[in-house]
Amino acid sequence: MGFEGIGAAVKRKEDARFLAGRGNYVDDINRPGQVYAYIKRSDRPHARLKGIDTRKAAAAPGVLAVYTGADLAADGVGGLPCGWQIHNKDGSPMAEPPHPVLAVGKVRHVGDPVAVVIAETKQQAKDAAELLEIDYEDLPGVAASTDAIKPGAPLVHDDVPGNICYDWHIGDKAAVDAAFARAKHVVKLELTNNRLVPNAMEPRAAIGECDVTGNYTLYTTSQNPHVIRLLMGAFVLHIPEHQLRVIAPDVGGGFGSKIYHYAEEAIVTWAAGKLRRPVKWTAERSESFISDAQGRDHVTTAEMALDEQGNFLALRVSTLANMGAYLSTFATSIPTYLYATLLAGVYKTPAIYAEVKAVFTNTVPVDAYRGAGRPEAAYLLERLVDVIAHDLGFDRIELRRKNFIPPDAFPYQTPVALQYDSGNYQVTLEKALQAADFAGFEERRRQARARGKLRGIGVSTYLEACGIAPSAVAGALGARAGLYEVANVRVNPTGDVTVFTGAHSHGQGHETTFAQVVAERLGISIAQVDVVHGDTGRIPFGMGTYGSRSLAVGGSAIVKALDKIIAKGKRIAAHLLEASVDDIEFKDGKFTVAGTDKSKTFAEIALTAYVPHNYPIEELEPGLEETAFYDPKNFTFPGGCHVCEVEIDIETGTPKVVNFVAVDDIGRVINPMIVEGQVHGGVAQGIGQALLEHAVYDSQGQLLSGSYMDYVMPRADNLPSIHVGTESTLCTHNPLGVKGVGEVGAIGSPPAVINAIVDALRDYGVRHIDMPATAEKIWSIIQAHQPRMAAE
Amino acid sequence: MPQVTLTVNGKRHTVEVEGRTLLVELLREKLGLTGTHVGCDTSQCGACVVHVNGDSVKSCTMLALQADGASVTTIEGLAKPDGTLHPMQEMFREHHALQCGFCTPGMVMSAIDLVNKHPEGLTEAQIREGLEGNLCRCTGYHNIVKAVAAAWPLMHGKTMPAAAE
Repeated sequence: MGFEGIGAAVKRKEDARFLAGRGNYVDDINRPGQVYAYIKRSDRPHARLKGIDTRKAAAAPGVLAVYTGADLAADGVGGLPCGWQIHNKDGSPMAEPPHPVLAVGKVRHVGDPVAVVIAETKQQAKDAAELLEIDYEDLPGVAASTDAIKPGAPLVHDDVPGNICYDWHIGDKAAVDAAFARAKHVVKLELTNNRLVPNAMEPRAAIGECDVTGNYTLYTTSQNPHVIRLLMGAFVLHIPEHQLRVIAPDVGGGFGSKIYHYAEEAIVTWAAGKLRRPVKWTAERSESFISDAQGRDHVTTAEMALDEQGNFLALRVSTLANMGAYLSTFATSIPTYLYATLLAGVYKTPAIYAEVKAVFTNTVPVDAYRGAGRPEAAYLLERLVDVIAHDLGFDRIELRRKNFIPPDAFPYQTPVALQYDSGNYQVTLEKALQAADFAGFEERRRQARARGKLRGIGVSTYLEACGIAPSAVAGALGARAGLYEVANVRVNPTGDVTVFTGAHSHGQGHETTFAQVVAERLGISIAQVDVVHGDTGRIPFGMGTYGSRSLAVGGSAIVKALDKIIAKGKRIAAHLLEASVDDIEFKDGKFTVAGTDKSKTFAEIALTAYVPHNYPIEELEPGLEETAFYDPKNFTFPGGCHVCEVEIDIETGTPKVVNFVAVDDIGRVINPMIVEGQVHGGVAQGIGQALLEHAVYDSQGQLLSGSYMDYVMPRADNLPSIHVGTESTLCTHNPLGVKGVGEVGAIGSPPAVINAIVDALRDYGVRHIDMPATAEKIWSIIQAHQPRMAAE
Repeated sequence: MPQVTLTVNGKRHTVEVEGRTLLVELLREKLGLTGTHVGCDTSQCGACVVHVNGDSVKSCTMLALQADGASVTTIEGLAKPDGTLHPMQEMFREHHALQCGFCTPGMVMSAIDLVNKHPEGLTEAQIREGLEGNLCRCTGYHNIVKAVAAAWPLMHGKTMPAAAE
């Protein structure tokens, strides 16, 4: 066995089944006697639901039942809950209108579930749904947050005036106003952060099942099965938690979109109880586009006050955040505590004030998507810094260096609540500039121009916060959930180990990286470690995977449990070796009496624990299995620098990323191969956001980019090879010193790309361009400036 | 109901299907070969790619009845009976070309066809263009491109010609 511990680029354990086509995704599961649900969804953005005639559908071949919102209401089924209560500036709570599982009274977005047809086959259910007669009275709709707040705008929820969910703020307004009053310069930028569709490649799916004793099982495509069990059991279906098992087996990507408790999970579980048959639902991609929570959608005005030398004095931000038609599970926390708290970024801006209005519209609900609030903050800051440099004539790199939080300033308290524990933004900047040959760029620009291309380079120096914590602080800010993680480490009698983790892997490779952590600590091979996740029937109550928390929070819980295992092992070894427990050392898989050659292997201690013939039974229980819950003291704070180089074809406006460098400080690296893969994927999504992807609605709320023919996903030929570098300043408050890598790529890259596009177009009078910077948009800019260029 | 007879991974099957049944539905639902995935409903994502008579085909784009008499290979049929992986599968593992694994079967099947059809060699640009019909949301394609390039010499039994432009 070669080195497999922390830092080794070992190949993934999970690959064997995926490569052989033996993965076990929800849609691969079929239960005996299973029937199929087809969900009839609203095809209009806003309408009164005057009546649903289900008779023809119910009489169609193979149909077992047709249910509507009235059936659920009659059975006492609750609405889908929101997990974070935000308070308005005046201290009052946010508007929190009901979110029925099946629409009642009105439909509020295209895709809003109206009825469910359950039949013996999928085709029969779908055919029967065509026979539903739904009497709609169309109402005017509103899709853009900027329209929804206008006087007289249609009300998405009749009892939510002005469509305002909340009007929230953070920071010291008076200090910011004072700094603006005395500032030498003020630079203002208005920008949007385009709405995205997460598009995990596996569409969501769910199977509900109920046995004769009333015990329920839900198989679902979830990033956090315990959260689903709690929300659905306690708030929606009122099933006692001990009678509800939620299994999230192999899950084909999440990116945030599979965190939330969705209506379909409740529908199939409830219907399984009614029909006493397993009920299966699998989304078609067209349904995913109108039912998976979407991401981003901010409209923002940002202003920076500066002194003469270019020192940032104060930042003022005002953002409209589109919530969509209903509050998704964690929607309300994203544009507040995961966005506005990040507005210091990597800069020592002494005063910051941000206000955020969250707005209801007749669109698909918006919630966390890879990065969740932090990409919006990084994009705002890194665009603003480039615009400041452009407007005032500063060098964009020097301006960043001048305003960086210096490496000796940690721990650093920002003016927007967060305290950064560690970081070194200078070093990631220098490494990235070097790897990108920033110094040699102007020559490449000249060469490109000779080939009819406009070449630009862009830099972003971003910060993120991972592993949202601690629970008590989040609770004080309105979170309705804990933010710890759990691990149960079960040492089997022969010395191999099963780890039950509350974190969930849907591509991250936990079966490998968590095994590496265990292998390193216990001195065994990763082949001897099995990592189990995604089943509330097997795992203690955990919180799942989101916000780049798996290793920082879930990994720390594993380490805590391992510490308990080793402590107990030492006591068993002390007994066997007739030594004092204080003299026992554990290293490389052996318990040794310090200074002697007397030792016992880990496997011998494990066996003794389960065959306690010679055992300190008076003072120690048999067995070797420990559980630990870990509630972090703080977020972790990765940061780094992304450099993007683009070329634009002058004739067509087509942009192409020709070089991309990411240097990320993610703390200690467990598996560099997996880390690079995470960065590649995040950067691809960031380039997608910057150049290609956009969920476009018409003014009423009809989604115009509702399939892969209209919504442009990054494909292999849209992307470059990506140079990944890492830098490790260790997290100071978790036992592994890890920070998190899942989202850095998606956070750091969009501003680097847009900064490069704007740089490429610098001779065309461009100060800012909104995402996505499509060929059409760029071509129009080039055309509009042709006369001026020709005249010069 | 009409019948279709086809060979899948070397085994002959005769199955009753509706006229509208897609090849991918036959594979997943009638034959239990769930390695072939469905990621979209517009034939854009490529998660369902299999080989039909040696050519890569999006199995959501073909009716089951159109496969009558055909020989179909799915991801489950690639490894040798003793479990030895196909070189493309092996290189995907070696180069960490998969994360969630959902697009992987279709991606591997497309990549094998791409390499088979380019005995003269493949540039990075050609590999990227050749995989344009397969979406992956996890990897950014970086490691997939590396894996395909690494599989070429193993599949053709020689080093990739350097000047394959």
